[in-house]
Amino acid sequence: MVTPPSRPGRLGEVKTEVATPTASAVFAPRSRSGVALRVTPVDEVGLEARAKTFTTRSIKTSSKRAAIDLAVSCIDLTTLEGMDTPGKVAALCRKAVRPDPSNPAVPSVAAVCVYPQLVPVAVTHTNGTGVHVASVAGAFPSGQSSLAVRIADIEQAVADGADEIDIVISRGAFLAGDYNYVFNEIEAQKVACGPAHLKVILETGELGSYDQIRKASMLAMAAGADFIKTSTGKVAHNSSMPVALCMAEAIRDYAEQTGEIVGLKVAGGIRTAKQAWHYLVLIAETLGTQWLTPDLFRIGASSLLNDLLLQVQKLDTGRYSGPNYVSVD
Amino acid sequence: MNERLDVQKTYKLFIGGAFPRSESGRTFAVHAPDGSLIANVASASRKDLRDAVVAARSAQTGWAARTAYNRGQILYRVAEVMEGRRTQFVEELCRCGVKAATAELEVDRAIDRWVWYAGWCDKFHHIAGTVNSVAGPYFNFTTPEPTGVVGILAPEKPGLLGLVSRLAPALVSGNTAVVLTGEASPLTAVSMAEVVATSDVPGGVVNILTGATHELLPWLLGHRDVNAVDLTGAPDLEASVVAEAADNVKRLIRGEPDDQSPYVIADFCEMKTVWHPIGR
Repeated sequence: MVTPPSRPGRLGEVKTEVATPTASAVFAPRSRSGVALRVTPVDEVGLEARAKTFTTRSIKTSSKRAAIDLAVSCIDLTTLEGMDTPGKVAALCRKAVRPDPSNPAVPSVAAVCVYPQLVPVAVTHTNGTGVHVASVAGAFPSGQSSLAVRIADIEQAVADGADEIDIVISRGAFLAGDYNYVFNEIEAQKVACGPAHLKVILETGELGSYDQIRKASMLAMAAGADFIKTSTGKVAHNSSMPVALCMAEAIRDYAEQTGEIVGLKVAGGIRTAKQAWHYLVLIAETLGTQWLTPDLFRIGASSLLNDLLLQVQKLDTGRYSGPNYVSVD
Repeated sequence: MNERLDVQKTYKLFIGGAFPRSESGRTFAVHAPDGSLIANVASASRKDLRDAVVAARSAQTGWAARTAYNRGQILYRVAEVMEGRRTQFVEELCRCGVKAATAELEVDRAIDRWVWYAGWCDKFHHIAGTVNSVAGPYFNFTTPEPTGVVGILAPEKPGLLGLVSRLAPALVSGNTAVVLTGEASPLTAVSMAEVVATSDVPGGVVNILTGATHELLPWLLGHRDVNAVDLTGAPDLEASVVAEAADNVKRLIRGEPDDQSPYVIADFCEMKTVWHPIGR
């Protein structure tokens, strides 16, 4: 059991036993290496206009095939339902390893993403395949449990073999302005992850503005996130191009100011191949092609994979395909 | 006194219950017999066809799951709304060179055809289905089921009546349709789409694409998510083109442009046979 750090945090005084969040800190985070971070305001109109331009690229033939393969290899194939069974997770894992059994040219996805309870099943079925096991932990999707409970949740998932952990931030505390509280929580959960990668979900649909999203991005990265992630997929507003751009720009600025590289995961509502390569273009043109790898970019999705497979079939056969030609999830 | 400006209608495609322009941005001109321009009409591309099939596929289960009685009510509603627009259809046929009396007759027959097929929705099973006699203690039924997504090449003549004569029977059993109307009579086809759109027919059940059939047809025949294609509008198609449909063993239908028969409904159906033990 890991306890929250008692040393003074980089945000100033640390309160380890906060029962109810209270507005306190001025927002002035420092990076892991101690660099004071500048958080500039976001030009909302410019951001949305810029985000729109990424959807107008024409991607054809060999570029399209490369984009499909890249998108597949960046997927966190996800099932996060109350009705998930070991059987369903096993099937998901088989699909993750070999997305199209009739076409070995299609690469494996990056990871499967499941609830902590099903991590052992996922580990069994992906062992030795190179597919990672990601687990949402820490009272996903609301995060409304005590820190001790969330940390225990994370530790259990890591002990069961998850090598990537997706947590949510406490939106309530963040919106109340208690940045210290949120920062310290993330830091403590990062410790609990141990060797596992930490993805921090900002749940942008609940943050209210791009300025807030940028602030939360900086906060999460400073507190130790290996990835920052847009959303849980469980609320009305999921990932969108402007939100992803806002976070990508935060990652870019963070890297410029500190030299530390953080990844981006977009999730929720990404169902078509076209959407997937809109995001690839966004990453390439905002962060650079070095981010176009499963180590630094992920797409959290379930039905997206089938649409990508249909596109591969169309390229291979010259005929439009349909949902009857891919497996039912 | 100010003179009113002309309000020109834009003739667009009908996909998934909406009226988009072609993704390609292309149009073709429709001329009156005297050579004057009547309208520019959207010319569908293969990507519009792709979108239409996706819309038809997602609408198919829901349309087939409605009760036959409800499908009948909706198809009758199409006739009602079309009756209200009768003069518009007649006028559009006349602008394209059909004589007034002929046009009126064609529109009346098209409306009546909707009514006729609407009535068959909850009755054709009794004609097309059978109770088979088998040598064992079983009931054995053969019942018609919708084929799925049906592509329809609308006949060029008669433009409006031909379209209705092929579309209506396909909808009766619960199929959804992607109709290629070609370039011969697009005005009434688009107006027909407007009638369908305002008649409680769920979006995606009927999709109408105007434009070059010879360009779209290979994509329709090759599309692996289309279950049947009605080739009534293209009787003289080359075998090499039709062979595209063999890839996923499509049902090919060839009929008459102006036909009215419960057997046309059966042409758009698959027959399913069920064995059921007889209880004691």
